[in-house]
Amino acid sequence: MARPTPLQAFSGVPKGTAQNDETPANGEKMTGAQALVRALEDLGVKDVFGIPGGAILPVYDAIKEDTKFRFVLARHEQAAGHAAEGYAVATGRCGVCIVTSGPAATNLVTAIADANMDSIPMIAITGQVGVNAIGTDAFQEADTVGITYPVTKHSYLVTSAQDVPRVVAEAYYIATTGRPGPVVIDLTKTAQTGEMYYTWPQRLVLPGYNPTTEAHGRMLENAAKLFTQSFRPVLYVGGGATRSHASKQIKELADLTGAPVVTTLNARGIIPDSDPKMLGMLGMHGTVAATGAVQRCDLLVAIGARFDDRVTGKLSAFAPTARVIHIDIDPAEIGKNRSVDVPIVGDVATVLDALIPEIRKAQNEYGIHDLKPWWDALNKFRTDYPMSYDRPEDQPTDGTLSPQWVVSQLSKSADPNTIWVSGVGQHQMWASQLVDFEKPNHWISSGGLGTMGYGLPAALGAMVGSQRDHDGSYPVWLIDGDGSFQMTSEELAAATIDGVPVKVAILNNSVYGMVRQWQTLFYGQHYSATILHDGEPDADDAPGESGYVNVPDFVKLAEAYGCVGLRATTKEEALDAIKKANEINDRTVVIDFRVWKDAMVWPMVPAGASNDTVAYREGVHPLDNSEKASEETLSSEGF
Amino acid sequence: MASSTSQSNAKRHTLSVLVENRPGVLARIAGLFARRSFNIDSLTVSPTERPEISRLTVTAHVEQEPLEQIIKQLNKLLHVLKIVELDPDTTVERELVLIKVAADVQNRSDVLELVRMFRAHVIDVNTESLTIEATGSQGKIDALMDLLQHYGVIELVRSGAVAVTRGPKALSDKVVGSEITGR
Ligand SMILES: Cc1ncc(C[n+]2csc(CCOP(=O)(O)OP(=O)(O)O)c2C)c(N)n1
Ligand SMILES: [Mg+2]
Repeated sequence: MARPTPLQAFSGVPKGTAQNDETPANGEKMTGAQALVRALEDLGVKDVFGIPGGAILPVYDAIKEDTKFRFVLARHEQAAGHAAEGYAVATGRCGVCIVTSGPAATNLVTAIADANMDSIPMIAITGQVGVNAIGTDAFQEADTVGITYPVTKHSYLVTSAQDVPRVVAEAYYIATTGRPGPVVIDLTKTAQTGEMYYTWPQRLVLPGYNPTTEAHGRMLENAAKLFTQSFRPVLYVGGGATRSHASKQIKELADLTGAPVVTTLNARGIIPDSDPKMLGMLGMHGTVAATGAVQRCDLLVAIGARFDDRVTGKLSAFAPTARVIHIDIDPAEIGKNRSVDVPIVGDVATVLDALIPEIRKAQNEYGIHDLKPWWDALNKFRTDYPMSYDRPEDQPTDGTLSPQWVVSQLSKSADPNTIWVSGVGQHQMWASQLVDFEKPNHWISSGGLGTMGYGLPAALGAMVGSQRDHDGSYPVWLIDGDGSFQMTSEELAAATIDGVPVKVAILNNSVYGMVRQWQTLFYGQHYSATILHDGEPDADDAPGESGYVNVPDFVKLAEAYGCVGLRATTKEEALDAIKKANEINDRTVVIDFRVWKDAMVWPMVPAGASNDTVAYREGVHPLDNSEKASEETLSSEGF
Repeated sequence: MASSTSQSNAKRHTLSVLVENRPGVLARIAGLFARRSFNIDSLTVSPTERPEISRLTVTAHVEQEPLEQIIKQLNKLLHVLKIVELDPDTTVERELVLIKVAADVQNRSDVLELVRMFRAHVIDVNTESLTIEATGSQGKIDALMDLLQHYGVIELVRSGAVAVTRGPKALSDKVVGSEITGR
């Protein structure tokens, strides 16, 4: 033996090994492109987003009147990807998008990376040039698989039509199981046009893929014991709990143990905000109660969370007195940033279902500590440092609207089934802080990657999901920034033409507000490249200093796309516009709220600083009043 | 923790990684090492006794924590079938080196003495050089290299370590391989 078999490891494309020596005798004869469409149908995929092009034309040709899924035409591939993400979060099902090769695939990379960071199940199908043209710098050739290696859960380069159904079935399985994530299928034109014999179901061949879902019994016992020993427990719940649909279990765990719940951005709504155990979001812009609870706790139970720097601040000062139980389906997350006392690898819902009876048992055996002193301290945080913006320094000084007030009004008047979506920036933080979240999977926001431009396409995808699952009765409200909105506003066309009405609230401060906030605090108010001139307060009068105001005019922009455009500069106009928007369900509505450019997001932990330095407002440090705290707040050494 | 991989008291580790014999495997693995700033000393890739499986041998000086993290990250790659950290006590490890030494008539016999002591071979002789082939553990190769340095090394190429465990078992014994080629 020992004769070297061709070593595939170094190449990106299969070498001349016999591929289809076992041509199946049975099966329906068709092309690889038809097989792709058929496989998606057989998987039960109901909605697909994308844009066609040369290298994917055979697939688009195979999408016909009687194709079982709906196809929604995006206007930019990045948006097709975000729409698939929004759809996936809203419905809990895999998002699917189909685009062409080269520039389309590179356009999609942002969305793929975004899905990878937030563990969103997605299949991204890209066209690729013919097998013989690969590596020749052919027209619209890009090494899509190579470009996306670091930002996918897995990827395929498909060179033979016969492989198509198996690859699609595997991709779907990989994307939706274990820690969910994006899977790229780069489909050569050769594979699309080649003939094959279609059979279904397919046998998956994934010898290197065995996600652990059930926890180790011993670890559960240890974890249960820690609960009974704790005087100050906290449940730190992340997006993994949302992906695992573990709301019921989180609630049960909190009720059983009496522990407070704090969440990451991605887990907002995992249990209702009205639940007395919910302290809100923790971290850089979290509530004082949530951040304080974690800094002071003696038992930190991380559930589907990954100790992101936006959550932990300076890692070495994070939850310094806590023992840590970490539950996650991805073993690589455990111990990555914070060492752990009890590691539990498994699916959050499955693990908690097994852990809860163990805790009950341990409580019967060892009893449980009185948590009243702990709750007294937490409740004091809650009353002393509420998540509200009614202090004098929060009020606009230039006659514009308070952005936080707008968010509160939106939340107050919205249908309880509303799915909330955001862009990235101050408005995103205000939305996460001030919208009243009562249900899981009703908050869709780019967390890990922080992708501006995510909002509108993700809202579109969520609405397609609402139309599929709820006859469109779940409205979608997008709370966006003027900067974020401009990155993907072309999708208003898709919303109008494809009949996907969403409600858009632009908190138009005419600036890149979040960047401006850092410039205000850390860069001596040097507002370098953050002024957008798309909503100066004097818009209706004389042009501003620059001579440019209202570029673009969001009301006219909305109208140009067949949407309803409204502008609100006063509270009355704002309330009126919100009311109108809530009543219009057959068209997309865009409201241009003119808000204060100097409004701030509070509380704040400067990047890289300890969470103990959290500032409730400038100079107010509830967790640490030492000089060091205020000093650290003034510099931004982090990133 | 995940960062700063090469510290002073870092120990040398040898990993054997069994992977599916598929296109792109090396790019995925190399990319992972680079992105997680895991500095490796050597890496070899070769076919194995089973055509559908390839084997990587990786050596690195690292602390325990970054090592664990990189093993976990490697395990997430679907094409990775099995990772074993080899125990030096039960492992045979070898490396091949070809060294062109600036040995002339005057000092040739000294060099030949070293070659004999290290059970190496001379594979090419020239009036101004000797080319030596040596096989052995990394430690032995390093020792030989140190001694030869003195005579002037003109050219050097090392294969990187390969390693197997002692005894009758194969690492791949319990590994389910892929039945699909060329994906
Ligand atoms: C694609 C992308 N580019 C740049 C950034 C950096 N960035 C973060 S927030 C922000 C400003 C956001 O402005 P806007 O959407 O108007 O929201 P605001 O903060 O004003 O509410 C920028 C530029 C980013 N997050 N994403
Ligand atoms: Mg803005």
